[in-house]
Amino acid sequence: MRHLLSAADLSLTDVGSILDLAEEMADVQHRSIKKLPALRGRTVVNLFFEDSTRTRSSFEIAGKWLSADVINISAKGSSVSKGESLRDTVLTVAAMGVDALVIRHAASGAPQQVTGWIDAQVINAGDGMHEHPTQALLDSFTLRKHFGADSGVDAFAGRRIAIVGDITHSRVARSNVILLKKLGATPILVAPPTLLPSGVDSWGCEVSHDLDQVITGVDAVMMLRVQRERMSGGYFPTPREYTVGYGLTRDRVAALKPGTAICHPGPMNRGLEISADAADAANSLILDQVAAGVAVRMSVLYHLLGGEGES
Amino acid sequence: MTELLIKGANLVTGGDDHENALPAGGQDILIKDGRYADPADASAEATVIDADGLTALPGLIDLHTHLREPGREDAETVESGTRAAARGGFAAVLAMANTNPVTDTAEAAAHIRTLGEKAGFAQVFPIGAVSKGLAGEELAELGLMARIGVRMFSDDGNCVSDSRLMRRALEYVRAFDGVIAQHSQDPRLAGRDACCHEGEISGRLGLAGWPSAAEATVIARDAELAKLTNSRLHVCHVSTAESVDVLAWAKKRGIKITAEVTPHHLLLTTAEVQGYDPTYKVNPPLRPDEDVAALRAALADGTIDAVATDHAPHARHDKEHAFADAAFGMLGLETALGVVIETMLNTGALDWDTLVQRTSIAPGRIAGLGSDLGMRPAYGQTAQLTVIDPQRRNPVDAAESFSLSRNNPWHGRELPDPVMITIADGRISYQRQ
Ligand SMILES: [Zn+2]
Repeated sequence: MRHLLSAADLSLTDVGSILDLAEEMADVQHRSIKKLPALRGRTVVNLFFEDSTRTRSSFEIAGKWLSADVINISAKGSSVSKGESLRDTVLTVAAMGVDALVIRHAASGAPQQVTGWIDAQVINAGDGMHEHPTQALLDSFTLRKHFGADSGVDAFAGRRIAIVGDITHSRVARSNVILLKKLGATPILVAPPTLLPSGVDSWGCEVSHDLDQVITGVDAVMMLRVQRERMSGGYFPTPREYTVGYGLTRDRVAALKPGTAICHPGPMNRGLEISADAADAANSLILDQVAAGVAVRMSVLYHLLGGEGES
Repeated sequence: MTELLIKGANLVTGGDDHENALPAGGQDILIKDGRYADPADASAEATVIDADGLTALPGLIDLHTHLREPGREDAETVESGTRAAARGGFAAVLAMANTNPVTDTAEAAAHIRTLGEKAGFAQVFPIGAVSKGLAGEELAELGLMARIGVRMFSDDGNCVSDSRLMRRALEYVRAFDGVIAQHSQDPRLAGRDACCHEGEISGRLGLAGWPSAAEATVIARDAELAKLTNSRLHVCHVSTAESVDVLAWAKKRGIKITAEVTPHHLLLTTAEVQGYDPTYKVNPPLRPDEDVAALRAALADGTIDAVATDHAPHARHDKEHAFADAAFGMLGLETALGVVIETMLNTGALDWDTLVQRTSIAPGRIAGLGSDLGMRPAYGQTAQLTVIDPQRRNPVDAAESFSLSRNNPWHGRELPDPVMITIADGRISYQRQ
């Protein structure tokens, strides 16, 4: 694996080995000295064209615990408005001698374009409405543990997982659909028709507009963040109507099968797509997801950069 | 006295026979002081070009060229753009109004025409803006531009989306037989972020797309307005099968509507955007196979009247952004005839005479040139001629383009590369070395 641009870049073996190594990495978090020498002498640049404290810190800590030199560059504000092209920005950063570039960009495909311009390895840390593969990996890591870590990647066979909300604009949903299908689970996309992307029929998922009908038969519900500005775009009439139709309300939490996992990539709009009851429920994995982020990103960095640099 | 004797070319005329017309078929063509003359009158001093095995066509006319001057001379100038046009076999180009400043006054239009005359590679006919500054709010001085010969008006790049303004524009230009060329695209349906065709691929790639309906609905509305005003409407760069259906419906009702298709919409599909390469970012976007098939059929049966390049040069740094942020458009002048031959002639969809109709006769009529352009060659007329070798093929090399820009979607692709000589306004403007 040269780059991680899409969940589709990962073979089932890759996924298994990334998740397994992440289990080991997770143990590092409980040590008093959280340092492995694996990436000593390697330079990882977090090049963020869009703010995301959570993802950026997660990659930063992951790199540091592996002893890489980690540099954060915020290239916020579109390069178009600054007059510098994306290519120029990236070439400038790469010229400093970078081994891996972790890229977050508001435009879909930007990390893929970058691979054509530089030699460094590229990790997609979220590109527009396209993908967020490490988020999907950490979701799978969290769910695998929940379903029973001992069963390896087989933990997903036959599992039904609802992904609820703004599928159209969600990179988290796209990466999860690819990864969960690869693992043998069945994603069920639940959204009003206005928030389902064109061509969704060809994604190989079940699609529903009725959350109540779906949630009684699933092993996990992944709630997606809803941008309030979608309302002015006419995607749905009011927050109230959205919550009634597609929110994980207290009643819906009660309707879940016992043990059904509740996930959310954060940050949450409490009271809109997810109620406090759901977010704080015993089977909510939302904080586990955050914790998994570091371990999974350590594992990804190690898989990409390990090789000759390891000790 | 200059004399040029083109020996043995096979002339395709594309037009009706008339008294002074040059005969179609294999023959010598004499151009004396820029005008067609009887080859029997050739003197010994005539420069002779051996055109045995070559085909001669009336000079091509491009209804839709972006020359970028004034404002973006780093991407293209009138000189570089018309040099590229000559190399592509074009004797004349219509220059779109979305320059900076916008071509929305008679003075601005006259300036562009003068730049074209100075360059001398192809005649440049400015297109006037429909609205001041392309803002879509108030009519530009259409009548004053018409006084200096402008007949075609367009806010291309933007759609004239206000239906009342569109009605007034159509009505107003009827006074001087002008035509409104519409970039048909409902800006609300498409949205500000749209950058490719809305469909399976845009959904998967996470790119905001234009639905086909954003184009067809505006064509339908404008067709009704053309009927209401009994005026001439021209639809720029038709890109979908739905639009073709609307055009056929409008033509059947006798509405004065014409349409063009670009070479890239005849060959490339939305599959090209899968690598997020902004070279393939164009407006209207590349569409699926079914649309390409419908466009070819419509160009063959005349539902679409003409081919136009929408040649849209961009400086490298304007394309080296993320796909969603990069500029729209691709080069087209130098490759247009090659693509049309490949998609329409080599597939048997068009014969040579109809190809001439679509690339020269119809564009001249639509643009209202009323000159020697876009007509069957005739004795006494100023020569506008494109001499080609239809068998010649080559992989396209973007680095060899005469355009100042390199956003060339054909780079590396093998295509017919037919143009040997272009004669514009009576003079040789391109000759293959
Ligand atoms: Zn246009």
